Amino acid sequence: MKVLVAVKRVVDYNVKVRAKADGSDVDLNNVKMAINPFCEIAVEEAVRLKEAGVATEVIAVSIGDKSCQEQIRTALALGADRGIQVDVETAAEPLVVAKLLKGVVDKEAPQLVILGKQSIDGDNNQTGQMLGALANMPQGTFASEVVIDGDKVNVTREVDGGLQTVSLTLPAIVTTDLRLNEPRYASLPNIMKAKKKQLDVYTADDLGVTVTKHLTQVKVVPPPERQEGIKVADVDELVDKLKNEAKVIS
Amino acid sequence: MSTLVIAEHDNSSLKAATLNTVAAAQQLGADIDILVVGGSCGDVATAAAAVPGVGKVLVADNAAYEHQLAENVSQLVAEVATGYDNVLAPATPNCKNFMPRVAALLDVGQISDIIAVDSPDTFQRPIYAGNVIATVQSADAKKVITVRTTAFDGVPAEGGSASVESVDSVHDAGLSSFVSEEVAESDRPELTSASVVISGGRGMQNGENFKLLDGIADKLNAAIGASRAAVDAGFVPNDMQVGQTGKIVAPDLYIAVGISGAIQHLAGMKDSKVIVAINKDEDAPIFQVSDYGLVADLFEALPELESKI
Ligand SMILES: Cc1cc2nc3c(=O)[nH]c(=O)nc-3n(C[C@H](O)[C@H](O)[C@H](O)COP(=O)(O)OP(=O)(O)OC[C@H]3O[C@@H](n4cnc5c(N)ncnc54)[C@H](O)[C@@H]3O)c2cc1C
Ligand SMILES: Nc1ncnc2c1ncn2[C@@H]1O[C@H](COP(=O)(O)O)[C@@H](O)[C@H]1O
Repeated sequence: MKVLVAVKRVVDYNVKVRAKADGSDVDLNNVKMAINPFCEIAVEEAVRLKEAGVATEVIAVSIGDKSCQEQIRTALALGADRGIQVDVETAAEPLVVAKLLKGVVDKEAPQLVILGKQSIDGDNNQTGQMLGALANMPQGTFASEVVIDGDKVNVTREVDGGLQTVSLTLPAIVTTDLRLNEPRYASLPNIMKAKKKQLDVYTADDLGVTVTKHLTQVKVVPPPERQEGIKVADVDELVDKLKNEAKVIS
Repeated sequence: MSTLVIAEHDNSSLKAATLNTVAAAQQLGADIDILVVGGSCGDVATAAAAVPGVGKVLVADNAAYEHQLAENVSQLVAEVATGYDNVLAPATPNCKNFMPRVAALLDVGQISDIIAVDSPDTFQRPIYAGNVIATVQSADAKKVITVRTTAFDGVPAEGGSASVESVDSVHDAGLSSFVSEEVAESDRPELTSASVVISGGRGMQNGENFKLLDGIADKLNAAIGASRAAVDAGFVPNDMQVGQTGKIVAPDLYIAVGISGAIQHLAGMKDSKVIVAINKDEDAPIFQVSDYGLVADLFEALPELESKI
């Protein structure tokens, strides 16, 4: 069974991103970039399926300009077999990413597509579900457990109030939540090996997709600042402040 | 212009998140209908009809929708949406599951997690874990939107008398089925709508120690939340996680206990009205966003706090 994993290049999760002074965009100059944490979990899950003898091939795909090849190489170092970059100049919106992924799905016919539940830059939480609709595949989003069972996959999902398990007919889509697995670190030999693995580049045209624009970012601003508060000396002062100053308890 | 609001519910009761979504919908200035999709969800429809300012309530009540399977629900919503200019749903785990499918079926973008409506096509939404707020303009004729419920005060639950109509289309994609559910029962208020939330982090050390929060939560009628570190360590279940990738809360009072204040955690609680932090490290970043900081060992501070409130 072939598994396709979608990996996105995003700002490292430790970076506190700021808006540019003119409000045109966020300032990503000299900022550390990384593979989206949820995508790293997606790669790990696919590689584990391969190690368990369930998956035969793991393909990592990323959509972006040439720089996203770095994240594809990371996925290859973590154990993916080959990579695909879909070359687009500017950051594509989730619907466009989903259409491009659908193009790759049509070419590769994977039985399972694993994506992150959310990219930590745009915080969209859309792409996997959109791909599901476009490819007419069932989805198990926010997955904390994935079990292949013949021509079905059972996905345990993190929902309001607990966990839900659904059974999906393959081919299917899974989006990862944080507790699905703990990703490994790439070893140096594997990083070296990854450099030699196959990486194909497609354009949107190759996939028959027209890149469209649905949303325009008008401006970005910092969130409202919270006034720095005070330190209280002890529990008595805390209770007094909450009762008499903030008036949030009685 | 007309707006369709998707109801959040559990087949028996209408969830408060729906009322916040109606409030956001009102700002679009169009007529509002509510769609209830579920199985044996008649009571929800009755409750939705009582929401003021709603024209009509459409109910798609069928076994195919009982467990909110995204493959089925999205097709139904996309079909009903053809008659509307806007489709709004709360950004709950359930609606986040099917709404992007609806958008893709309609070939439009989705605007996720809006916190303000600037005009009928321009919205504000937090990105980068809330480190910046983006203003975005939609070019799509039909707008598919999820609403961050904490950013809009809910409309009242009572006072309206909308008509109720049933929608008979049944979409069963036949691709997925429900297997089982493990839902934690709790007598406490819901995390996302509670007016007081007390959360524990890695500093709690284990699940057993979360009991130290119970007494305080009882006295304040608070919901209990957690940081991801506490959830990852298995102290508490995942649905208690507050943050960028967990639940977003904005109560009148948020008490963070043994939580350092990583940006991903702040993303889920920094819009709370009053924030209290209890942490033994006086340099913990959580103190930068708290109104009242108590530098103390939580194992001493919590019992004392419980006895004094
Ligand atoms: C993609 C991604 C998404 C994430 N999403 C979320 C999210 O949604 N929500 C979230 O919370 N995190 C999230 N995180 C994790 C986040 O980065 C932090 O790791 C996490 O919030 C830390 O939790 P913590 O504050 O409980 O633990 P720590 O950072 O370990 O802090 C523990 C605190 O407890 C204090 N303490 C210890 N003992 C005591 C004591 N006896 N008395 C008083 N204080 C004590 C310490 O001084 C310390 O400040 C995410 C991370 C990633 C990569
Ligand atoms: N440009 C991209 N390239 C590859 N995968 C992507 C891209 N954008 C989004 N994805 C995938 O979709 C998931 C959810 O992203 P989003 O819908 O943007 O929150 C990510 O975790 C990735 O797996």
